[in-house]
Amino acid sequence: MSLIKLYGMPMATCTMRVLLCLEEVGAKYELVPISMPTGEHKSPAHLARNPFGQIPALEDGDLTLFESRAIARYVLRKFKGQGPDLLKEGNLSESAMVDVWLDVEAHQYNPAISPIVYQSLILPRMYGGTPDQSIIDTNLEKLKKVLDVYEARLSKSKYLAGDFFSLADLSHFSYTKYFMATPYASVFDSYPHVKAWWEDFTSRPAFKKVAAGMGGHQ
Amino acid sequence: MGMKVYGLTKTTNVARVLISLEEVGAEYDVVPVDFATGEHKSQAHLIRNPFGQVPAFQDDDVMLFESRAISRYILRKYKSNLLREDDIKEAALVDVWVDVEYGQYNTPASSICYNVIVKPMHGEEVDLEVVDTNLEKLKKVLEVYEARLSQCKYLAGDFISFADLSHVPCTYYLMLTQYKSVFDSYPHVKAWWEAIMTRPSIKKVFDIMSA
Repeated sequence: MSLIKLYGMPMATCTMRVLLCLEEVGAKYELVPISMPTGEHKSPAHLARNPFGQIPALEDGDLTLFESRAIARYVLRKFKGQGPDLLKEGNLSESAMVDVWLDVEAHQYNPAISPIVYQSLILPRMYGGTPDQSIIDTNLEKLKKVLDVYEARLSKSKYLAGDFFSLADLSHFSYTKYFMATPYASVFDSYPHVKAWWEDFTSRPAFKKVAAGMGGHQ
Repeated sequence: MGMKVYGLTKTTNVARVLISLEEVGAEYDVVPVDFATGEHKSQAHLIRNPFGQVPAFQDDDVMLFESRAISRYILRKYKSNLLREDDIKEAALVDVWVDVEYGQYNTPASSICYNVIVKPMHGEEVDLEVVDTNLEKLKKVLEVYEARLSQCKYLAGDFISFADLSHVPCTYYLMLTQYKSVFDSYPHVKAWWEAIMTRPSIKKVFDIMSA
């Protein structure tokens, strides 16, 4: 079996989403760095893997994939049985709940949290820019409304899709880990069930390993 | 009890679910949610969709929201081949292009539709700068789609899938505007759309949306 190749960077949020899955299932893979500062993500070689010029992309034999959540589903299906069942595709209602909360992460949580991470960490550290506080403040309000929903949900079930850890929970890790390095981390203190949920799944070995790859960026 | 979809049939995200229901031939009811009276923020609706949005969906004791998640549930329940879940590679390609639909196509396309269709309905002024910005974004996306659809008949491969059908509701509205001509520059995309439009389920959903 040829080795899976993941093209991306170990401290990049979407690459981390896939790394977590690979680590959870114990897959053998090679991480091939793509240099964003030199524009490698827009090179013809990389555009052939990801036509939108983004990371990550994954090659497994003759299959090339992009979009981190789609790649994550593939990895979890391919190695099903080797690691934890994070998709529950053998159960119609459980797999539907995983799909629901994975879409919530993409459509509700991520749009609120990622501008905060970008403005307060990425812009100043990577590009020497000045954070736009109005963008941060607007998105903090949005994030709090999302966390209201999460708090209610996690008061009723241990994890987002049910009483089982799933891809829906995992998908939140990378942006949330960065958020915890911003001055706004204490926002989570007002949501005790959300905070407990976060602390629970960040103790998983796969998470510790991927967090270590974030280097000085955490 | 049959399946229930909560929302209005003109709404793109509701229409997405109707497409899956029509594709599998399921029996269902549409239960309207009245935004004008704030029904979407009522306790009864928030139990179905905690973000106060539509659609929401119920099948016996299964309650779901998020139109693409609902669609997957329906397609799986009826063992539709639109998810290609018998083939791990094909299923992955379907997932890729569903995520592209949400992450790349939907934002500029729906922004244009919102500005040129919805805003005038509410007597609001159209922001042409926003329309132009999103038109440029959409063209860049259509360039990628043109290249992809030059290599295979549909987005995930030479088979139609949920990835293609997920584009239908927003594209339906886009094609009602003057910006439909944008597609003329992308012949493979145009042919792809025309092929999708011939499906009986799509024709039926168009009738429902325009009623």
